[in-house]
Amino acid sequence: MIAGIASASLISLQAQAQVGPPEKDELKFGFIKLTDMAPLAVAYENFFFEDEGLYVSLEAQANWKVLLDRVIDGELDGAHMLAGQPIGATIGIGTKAEVITAFSMDLNGNAITVANNVWDAIKPNIAKTDSGKPRHPISASALKPVIASYQAQGKSFNMGMVFPVSTHNYELRYWLAAGGIHPGYYAPAHGDNSGQRQADVLLSVTPPPQMPATLEAATIQGYSVGEPWNQQAVSKGIGVPVITDYDIWRNNPEKVFGVSKAWADAYPNTHIRVVKALIRAAHWLDEKNNANRQQAVALLARSQYVGADAKVIANSMTGTFEYEKGDIRPAPDFNVFFRYHATYPYYSDAVWTLTQMRRWGQIPEAKSDDWYMSIARQVYRPDIYRQAAEALIEEGKLTAADFPDFDREDGFRPPQQGFIDQITFDGQQPNAYLNKFAIGLKGDDTL
Amino acid sequence: MASILTLPAIPKPAHVIHFSRALALPALGLLVFLVIWHLAASQVNTSLGTLPGPAQTWQQFTGLVDEHQRERSREAAFYERQEQRNTAILAQNPQAEVKTRDYTGKPTFFDQIGTSLLTVAAGFLLASALAIPAGIVLGLNKSLYAAFNPVIQLLKPVSPLAWLPIVTMVVSALYVSDDPLVSKSFLNSLFTVAMCSLWPTLINTAVGVTAVDHDLLNVSRVLKLSRWQHVRTIVLPSAVPMIFTGLRLSLGVAWMVLIAAEMLAQNPGLGKFVWDEFQNGSSASLGRIMVAVVTIGLIGLLLDRGMLSLQRHFSWNKQLSLR
Repeated sequence: MIAGIASASLISLQAQAQVGPPEKDELKFGFIKLTDMAPLAVAYENFFFEDEGLYVSLEAQANWKVLLDRVIDGELDGAHMLAGQPIGATIGIGTKAEVITAFSMDLNGNAITVANNVWDAIKPNIAKTDSGKPRHPISASALKPVIASYQAQGKSFNMGMVFPVSTHNYELRYWLAAGGIHPGYYAPAHGDNSGQRQADVLLSVTPPPQMPATLEAATIQGYSVGEPWNQQAVSKGIGVPVITDYDIWRNNPEKVFGVSKAWADAYPNTHIRVVKALIRAAHWLDEKNNANRQQAVALLARSQYVGADAKVIANSMTGTFEYEKGDIRPAPDFNVFFRYHATYPYYSDAVWTLTQMRRWGQIPEAKSDDWYMSIARQVYRPDIYRQAAEALIEEGKLTAADFPDFDREDGFRPPQQGFIDQITFDGQQPNAYLNKFAIGLKGDDTL
Repeated sequence: MASILTLPAIPKPAHVIHFSRALALPALGLLVFLVIWHLAASQVNTSLGTLPGPAQTWQQFTGLVDEHQRERSREAAFYERQEQRNTAILAQNPQAEVKTRDYTGKPTFFDQIGTSLLTVAAGFLLASALAIPAGIVLGLNKSLYAAFNPVIQLLKPVSPLAWLPIVTMVVSALYVSDDPLVSKSFLNSLFTVAMCSLWPTLINTAVGVTAVDHDLLNVSRVLKLSRWQHVRTIVLPSAVPMIFTGLRLSLGVAWMVLIAAEMLAQNPGLGKFVWDEFQNGSSASLGRIMVAVVTIGLIGLLLDRGMLSLQRHFSWNKQLSLR
């Protein structure tokens, strides 16, 4: 592990900015139909991959599990992944395999949507603004009486999220718990990976594009998913987004670009070149104050990418978000691809994901702060990112000002605020952070 | 002279009947179907709008044709860019090794049709290559037939969707190659199709072989035909109609299974096209799915007709009414 870091930094010194020719130039990347796959589509359509001498094909995958398995067994060279997937795979939640990331794909971009009848039931519990619209952000405590009425009728309240180690799962749990609702624990020690122990709300996995159909079928009463599947519910008139993840945690890390460690070790130059192309794509998406977003929307609306109607995709991609039909509010940072160093793989982002895995029992026993750090360093690879960034600066495609100051960057964002429950997150102190939560495992707690 | 001139004006009743049977009646049926489709579809309101009728479906079809043409021109541009890039590399370093890479764009609707047809052909050929010889052996030998019949009956009703996970796992485990000749997804589809479609041919061949006329068997005995001659000159010709009936059933099953397998496993082909469109959920999606449904039906029909004409060609009894 330590040797790995040492040799990696040595390489970055030697490599300077010149990146050698790609070891493998025909690549296949997977993605899920979500607007935050945009950097991949843009890197392809704007020929950023080809500029790196890479011939890439992009392929939509059925669900997150299939996508991860195909990256692990080498059918895919890399993929748009949930931030929790490389981490979960590395520590053995689900399929165990070494998966790494050197590129964060975006910040924010998710929301929680409930069915129309649930929205009608929680609406009376929400304060109104002067203009009579619901006051945002909406706390999950408004949902509490609705769940109580379900329980009184002997019915379970079901919600969908996209994968057990997804940000959507953790955001939904975070929001529920902040409102005093228990989202349930995972208990792998008891062979129980349903995540529904002690739960007030039963969460289960549904692939993103199927969320609206599942909500429409009333199998679930609400869901947590990325775009455009919340705006699709509004457009279809079947549900109402109650909160965006921006309001749960301002500028939270979302997807990453993941590859298997074996692949990265075998094709180091290829990897750097892929990251270069993706950085350029992310920059293009945000440059000149989102000037290119309309063009990006047209791209994503093509059937081989997201394929939903352009106007539905545009809702969230161009600085607004529509809650109830007609209730369109400004959301300039709804989905950030480059600003705020969005693409840099911060160790602290990995640590936050790990704390939530511990909080909900996916990591069944206490771990030291050092353990959190070492896993973060194993999975998140800013060293590779740095080589890509320096090559881009050298080529004059981007400037040093576009990136963190690499010589002084330790990979930890300063303690972060902007959580719905006002708790501060310091990536250097995961255990202390866990102790601040009223609901969730901490210290030596086990199930 | 006059009678010759008036002849075309008053067609013979037999001609009228023949004409209406061959063309007018099917056209009428089709028309009634389209009208019912048109009326029924406009009544169904989904969250993606009303169900597309024949007109919208046709419109989506023309859209798919346009998309195909656009993709072809993008492909040409891709090769042109690559050519330029390779020239630049060679200009810099004449020793450099440059290769021409295949187009990386998405397969269009028509590409998917091609993939599906190729896969179904391969799966069906494999199934037939297994089923016909196995059927002959089982048909000739009563004890073998008794021994294996329960196994056949046990495997026959298994759904393709149940086979698929097993096939996928086995192919992944056994087919390991750095530079594979064909893709894993192709093999997955192929084996699933073969597993599910070989039963009708197998059973029909076995029954056909068993049902050879006793007189013919006696002839064979009298002539003291060798085992091979017996099979070739007596058994096979009389079993041919049954074998073809089996093959036609098998081909139908193969085509149906293939689409299901492609949908479930996301293997390239028409099934994937349908699933992708379902996931897209755009206002055009239902229409595009409808185009795929009609296409799948049409291809199924053509496959069956093709098999039927083959059967007509090979069957010695031309009097037999085949439909």
